[in-house]
Formats: sequence, C-alpha cells, structure tokens
Amino acid sequence: MIAVCQFGGSNCDRDAVAALRDLDFEAERVWYADGLPENADGVVLPGGFSYGDYLRAGAMAARAPISKEVREAADRGTPVLGICNGAQIATESGLVPGAFTTNASARFRCEHVHLRVENEDTPWTAGFDAGDVLTLPIAHGEGRFEISETELATLEAENRVLFRYCDSEGEVTDDANPNGSVGNVAGILGEREHTAVLMPHPERATLPDLGRTDGRTILRGFAEAASG
Amino acid sequence: MEKRFARGGQTSRENRMALDDADRELVTSELGREPTPAEAALFENLWSEHCAYRSSRPLLSAFDSGGEQVAIGPGDDAAVVALPIGNEASSADRTDGDAKNGRGDDESAWYVTLGIESHNHPSFVDPYDGAATGVGGIVRDTLSMGAYPIALADCLYFGDFEREHSKYLFEGVVEGISDYANAIGVPTVTGSVAFHPGFEGNPLVNVACVGLLPSDRLVTAVAQDAGNDLVLLGNSTGRDGLGGASFASEDLAEDAETADRPAVQVGDPYSEKLLIEANEALCEEGLVESARDLGAAGLGGASSELVAKGGLGAAIDLGRVHQREPNMAPTEVLLAESQERMCYEVAPENTDRVKEIAERFELGCSVIGRVVEDRYVCTHGSERVVDLPVEFLAEGAPAYDRPADASAVGTPDRDLPSPSLEEAFATVVGSPNTASKEWVYRQYDHEVGLRTRVPPGDDAALLAIREAGSGSGIDLAFAAGAEPNWTACDPYVGAQAIALEVATNLAVKGATPLAAVDCLNGANPERPGTFGAFSNSVSGLADMCEAISVPVVGGNVSLYNDSATGPIPPTPTLSMIGTTDDEAPPTQLHGDGTLLLVGDRAVADEDGSSPPRLGGSEYVLEFGGRDSFPDLPANPSDRLSVLSDLARAEGTLAAHDVSHGGLAVTLAEMVGEDAGLSASIDSAGNTGEASDAAALLFDEVPGRAVIETADPERAREIAADRVSVTEIGTATDDGRLALSVHGEELSFSATSIATLRDVIDDELD
Repeated sequence: MIAVCQFGGSNCDRDAVAALRDLDFEAERVWYADGLPENADGVVLPGGFSYGDYLRAGAMAARAPISKEVREAADRGTPVLGICNGAQIATESGLVPGAFTTNASARFRCEHVHLRVENEDTPWTAGFDAGDVLTLPIAHGEGRFEISETELATLEAENRVLFRYCDSEGEVTDDANPNGSVGNVAGILGEREHTAVLMPHPERATLPDLGRTDGRTILRGFAEAASG
Repeated sequence: MEKRFARGGQTSRENRMALDDADRELVTSELGREPTPAEAALFENLWSEHCAYRSSRPLLSAFDSGGEQVAIGPGDDAAVVALPIGNEASSADRTDGDAKNGRGDDESAWYVTLGIESHNHPSFVDPYDGAATGVGGIVRDTLSMGAYPIALADCLYFGDFEREHSKYLFEGVVEGISDYANAIGVPTVTGSVAFHPGFEGNPLVNVACVGLLPSDRLVTAVAQDAGNDLVLLGNSTGRDGLGGASFASEDLAEDAETADRPAVQVGDPYSEKLLIEANEALCEEGLVESARDLGAAGLGGASSELVAKGGLGAAIDLGRVHQREPNMAPTEVLLAESQERMCYEVAPENTDRVKEIAERFELGCSVIGRVVEDRYVCTHGSERVVDLPVEFLAEGAPAYDRPADASAVGTPDRDLPSPSLEEAFATVVGSPNTASKEWVYRQYDHEVGLRTRVPPGDDAALLAIREAGSGSGIDLAFAAGAEPNWTACDPYVGAQAIALEVATNLAVKGATPLAAVDCLNGANPERPGTFGAFSNSVSGLADMCEAISVPVVGGNVSLYNDSATGPIPPTPTLSMIGTTDDEAPPTQLHGDGTLLLVGDRAVADEDGSSPPRLGGSEYVLEFGGRDSFPDLPANPSDRLSVLSDLARAEGTLAAHDVSHGGLAVTLAEMVGEDAGLSASIDSAGNTGEASDAAALLFDEVPGRAVIETADPERAREIAADRVSVTEIGTATDDGRLALSVHGEELSFSATSIATLRDVIDDELD
C-alpha cells in the first residue's frame, strides 16, 4: 500500500490517491497525526500548503513526528516521492539536499511546462529515455530550487538530477525556466535512488480524460518500485 | 416573507447607520419595550440592506427559480441542483419527461451547489484581504450544504487599467484570491475581468463557487428539532469585522481606505482548509442536522436565521464561544465577523463525535447552546442580553418602496468616430478588456482536484464529473461574467445581453444550461436615477433567463457601490452551469475547415431591420462616440440550442462565441501559430452607414459564434431555418489572420496578435 501523507493544509492528497488508483495501485490517505502505517511500502508527500506555509514552505510538516517515520522508512529502502509542497517538506526534513524558495517572479504560476529527462536509470524515469521531453503541470509560488555550488556539483556528478525545465525542443534555456531554479532543476534524487522530489505534478498528468499522461510513467515507476 | 436570496456576504459593510427611527419604533412596538443594546445591534445588522435586501427585494420576484432539476432554490446558503442521470445531459428540452424520478431518492444521484457573493467594499479598502475573505465565505456557503467545493469563478471590475490605483487594486485582489483559493485546494477555473471608468473608486469582486455532493448527503440551513445542540466550529472569535453587515450599505467615503481598514477581516486559508476536511468528515458520518456558515452579522446572523428557517428558537450562552481576545462584550461576540467559522445543529448523542472530529483537525469547537421551541435568547453569565421573537428578527425588516426613474435611458443618436480599420482592430484586440487574462489565471491553481478538462481562458470551463451520468461521467460547464459597458449603455437590453452571452459561452462548448445565480451590483438605491438603472438591469437579466429557460436559483445583491468618483454602472454578474456528455470543440482553429458565422443577422441579411450597432462596445469605449445598443435576437433559445448542437456535431473542429470586442476579437483569438484564417465579412443587403466595416467587425451583439467545420452541409442542416449560417472563409495553415471587411483589407500575423493580447502581462510583469 502506498501511503499519501496528509498534513493540515495538504491539498493534493486526494489527487495523488486517485492517480495511483487509476494505475491500479493501492493507495490511501494517511492523516499525519495517525502516523505512518506499518504496511506502507511507498510514501507520497503530496502538494499543498502544509500548515499554511506560514513559517517557511514545508518547514512545519518536516518537524512533525510522521516525517521522522518517513525518513526511517526511506532508510529501510521504502520509496518516497515528494511532489511540490511535498518536495519542500523533503528538503526541510533532509531527505534531499537544497531548498525550494520563492519564484523569481515572486508570483504563483500555474501552467504546463516541458521537462527534459536527465537520467533514465532510476525507478522514476525507467519508462523514458534520457533527453525525452515531457509535459507536466506546475502550480507553485515557491518552486525555485536553490543549492550551494558544491552540492549542485555533487548532484550532477552523481547523476541525481532527474528533470530540468526545457523548451519544447528539449533545450534548457532561461526562458523555459518558470521559477528561476538553479540549473533549471525541476526534480532530483535523494542520496538513494528510491527517494525523489519534483516541483511539477505527475498526478495531474495521469488521468487520461484530462488529456495529458506523461505523469503516468513516473508514478508507475514509483509504484512498481514500492510494490516490487 | 421568505427571502429569495441567501443572506449576503461575509463582510460587506455596506450599511453603517445605526437602527433608524422608523425601525426602532417598529421594534419597540413589537417587543413592547426598548431593545437592549445587543438586540439593537442585531436588528441594525440583520435588517441592513445587505442582509435583508430591503431596497431590492421588490425587484427579485422577477426571477424564475423553478425547475425540476432544482433541489434547493433561493434562500439557503447556496442553491442545489441535480445533475442529469444517464444520457439526459445533451437533451435539449428538459421540460419533457419525468426526470425527477430517480433523483432525490436515488443514492446514485449527484447534486451540485452553486452560490455567488460580492466582496466589493472590503476589496477597495484592503484588496488582498477583502478578496481573500470573499473566497472563504462562498466556499463555506458550499460546505454548509454538505458539498465539497470543486471550482471557483471570480468576476472582477476595476477602473481604467491605465490608472495606477486600478493596477494596485487589480494586483492586490488577484494576489488575495490566489493565496487563499490556491491554499484551500479549490481550483479557480473561470471568471471575468473588466476595466471601466465607472469602477474607479469602487471596484467589484464577485466570487462564485460550485460544490459536489451525493444527493443523500444534502444538508440545509433549516433547523430540525428542539433539543439539538448548536455547535460553533472553526476559528476563535475576535473583534474583527464588527458591525460588518452594516458598513456595506453606505457609499465609500474618500478616506475609506484608511478609515475602514480595521473593519476588514484577515483570512486564514489554513483554517479554512481544515474546516473543509472537518465538514467532509461530519457530512460523511451524517452528524449534521443543519448548518450555516458565519458571514455577515456573525454568530447572531447565522444562528438566528438557522432556527428561524425551521420555525424554532435558540438558547445561546455567549460565554461558551471560544474567543481569541479577553473581555469581549456580548454584542461583540454576537456580531464579530471573524472568518472560518461554521454553526452546526447536532443531535446530542452525536456531539461528542463532532468534538472529536474538530479536535482531529485542530479546530476550535464550542457547544454554544440548544435549539428550542421558540424565541431567540442569548445569555452572558447571568445576564439575558437578547430575548426576541426569532421570526421578527430574521424576516421582519420592512422592504423599502424606492422610487425608480429610468428616464435617463434613451436612444442616443448615432455619432461615431472613424479611425482606420487597422488602428481600430489593433486597439480593440489590444485593449485590457478584451486582451488575454493569462496573467490573472496563471496565478490561480486551476488544476487541483483533477477535474479541469477545459481551463480558464476559454468560453467556459469544463470540469469532469466522473461520479455522475452514465459510463464515463459528464462534464460540467461553468462560466461567469458581466459587461459593464453594455449595461452602462442600456441597463435593460445590456443585462439581457449579459444573460444571453453567458449562456452562449456554455453553448459553444456543447453544454445545456442547468441553472444560474446572479450577483446584482448597483449604486445608491436612494437616488431614483441610479435605482432606476439598477431596476432595469435586474429586469433585463430576469427576462432573458426566463426566455432561455434557465432558472435563477439564487444570488446576492450589493448596493451602495458609489464613491467620490460617482456611481458604478449597474453590473449584473451572472454565473451559469450546464452539462454535456460530448467532447467539446476548442476555440483555436484546426487549420483546414470551413468557417461559418452563425447567427449574424447583419451579415446574413435575414432581417434588414437589424443593422450592426456599436452602442456599449469596446470600440466606442476606446474611440468615443455614441450609438444605440444592438437589437438582440428574437429567438435566443433557438440560438443556444443550435450553437450547442453545432458544437457537438461530428464535423466541428473549433467553435468560439462572438461577444466583447465583436467579431474582430473572436477571430483574433481563434488564430494561433499553426492555424490562421482567410475570411470575408460583408453585409449582404444593407447599405450605408449601418453596414460599414467597423460596425460589422466590432458590433458586440451576443448569441453568435464562429464555427470551423469539416462538414458545412451538416452544419447548415442543423441550423436549418432556425438560425442564419453564413460561410465567411476557410481556416489556413499559415498562422495569419487575413480579413476582407466590406471592401477593406486587414492582415495580422499570429505573433502580432499575441503581442497585442499580452498587454496586461507586459504592463504588470
């Protein structure tokens, strides 16, 4: 069962469950105060505004007891996916390096962006080839990825950048960068390949009747890693 | 007397004067004594224009709110309408058959709620918080029917875009909506933005919400049984927004931005999201007997109206209300408009479970009293501060009989400037009114919830309702707006045109209308001239909704929208929902079909007495001049069913309605990098001034559309003799708009059109 952690203020938890179930995987919402169920063999930290993002996006949720349980599960090899606010929670709780902060435009942006697959040898991207260009929705006000130069160099040397914002031709350009992320980074791996975060929303590009399905491949890779 | 409308907004402080002499006399005579200070404050607020519709009530009987699909009409927090079951969605005539069977009683039946609110004055004083709390209020109106909110629409009206103050208000309002609606996870999928000098000192923020619920989960604001507990759930009560139902009934003063700022509440979307979750749990477990959200007039308003509707009373201990500040006076507890609070009627055996759910979602919860057989009584400690006959409080405000003078509206002589056609095209297509609103909706999360099949920026949004209908579900079409230019030119015909235009937005997506709600914005009703214009706008909206068989199931009235710069034009915002079970055509051209102009009498010359007219148009707003408002089609219902049939026809490749900015804007919006068009627009028989190129291109009469089709013959068969169809050209693959209009040529590339349409983005980012 994949546990979708619902914090106060999470708002993409239902969507993540619906998307995973559409792929025929078992998924349940788990209220943060109830703790992580023992039978969780995958964890999604969903999008939203946990605790209103009143302190710093993701900061409060990262300090909730369930986040410690998620880190311990990740240490045991349980796949963990942080999406949008979930990605912010994951950086705040140390599951992945770096930070997501206020967009360069200082405005919320909801639109569809192109992403280039950087590393095809992960559970998340196994269904793609490196260089493939995907289309996924974004919806965030604090999605600008920031990280020190040395840590970025480490991420790149270890091939842990999953996706970069690009144009429709796959060119990684400033114009294609919706939030000012360093290196156009849209998603990365943690220290282990079964921990990943991304700002775009794969669950919003999964249900076929919404007309875009690039997110299916990402979620399927994750869910198969969880169940397998 | 049953009020037609749900009690109004959350903060609309639009009537600040104390209880006037006539009202005080009536109250004293009814009670046989002077009212206590708390009672006087209750009357002042609940009998305000904003809560009791005292000026507008006589006008509202014009609306037809009936229909077999209507489960709950006007008077509750939001209206409730049944979604079609099976293949009814595309049935053009829903008055046939016995569709009610199998609805209310059927567990598989699904309802949608529809509500609309204004938050006009607070948004002028504090655009960010005023707009944000407007969203919060309409969402709670949705919760109190037992529904989960699935979509929002915002209709925004500001002064001239060129003015710095308009831009400041515009940016603040959009940011307020964005921060609140995005955080609570309700997508904002449609709406409108208009700029008009009449809103300079008094912008309008109208917010509509759609909710979804299984029919067996329906909750109303009608109290059920004496002996049940009254439970206040949500944020704690502070001194914010005191007397709120009453700052909304006075003109905005010049110093309103500073003087009234403390009266505007601050929204807390985090608490609202928790309230949504708690409400969901309460309704799923069937723990709610009745519910009302706390809006205007706070706890006093919500609790008294709840029990009044059930013909019951309440006994409330104000000391039990969870409070944010110490030493609050009873009147303050009773009337504060602190946000994110709900009042639930709960059977005593369920009260502990309700408390557990509140605790789980970290929300405050107080059992503040009980439903009793009669009278509305509030105590504070040992003191009885309110003891009133509840029906008199809730329904006893006498309506005003306002004199209305509509003589100012006449038929202006035609006097039009004549800029070059190219300049006119560039100006109208590049006007902030008709330009792209992507800068706005890009800041709104319009996709959360996984239902958005057609996003903002289209004629209507489409939401997947997979739960309803047969098989793969149905799509809910949702559109909202008003055109203040139109009603400023002619309040009656302009308002009729607004209703037809919103319905046309649905029709070109193939949808059949289900119901509508209105937000009637007007100026000071005490002036016969402005009240006359307002009255005419209400009649026009009601008459057209009746003509096209769309029940108006609820709404809101906001008066006293005046400022130092004058009254606003009457602005009847209409929000409409409909359904379709077919694939909707896009607005963008496919590139290889035939272009048909549907329903344009001047071009088809089916009726030489209806020449194009530019009154109320963007053209006149930009270039000056005068003209009368165009005549509306005589058969609006036929128009809509033909357009809907055409949108769903197999050969249809694209469809877009013709409205604001006229044919020029419609055609410009259909062109993209990959697909252009080559078309010729000419009046077939009219000659002289009435058929000149500008009039043909910029006339805004609604109920028309441009269709790109691979099967023009089939389209003609569908239209038959009901509506005119004129072939005007073809789509092309070159990304250019090439037009010949009454002998004049125009040519614009997709790139240059996109540049024109980017005016808001260019100016604000």
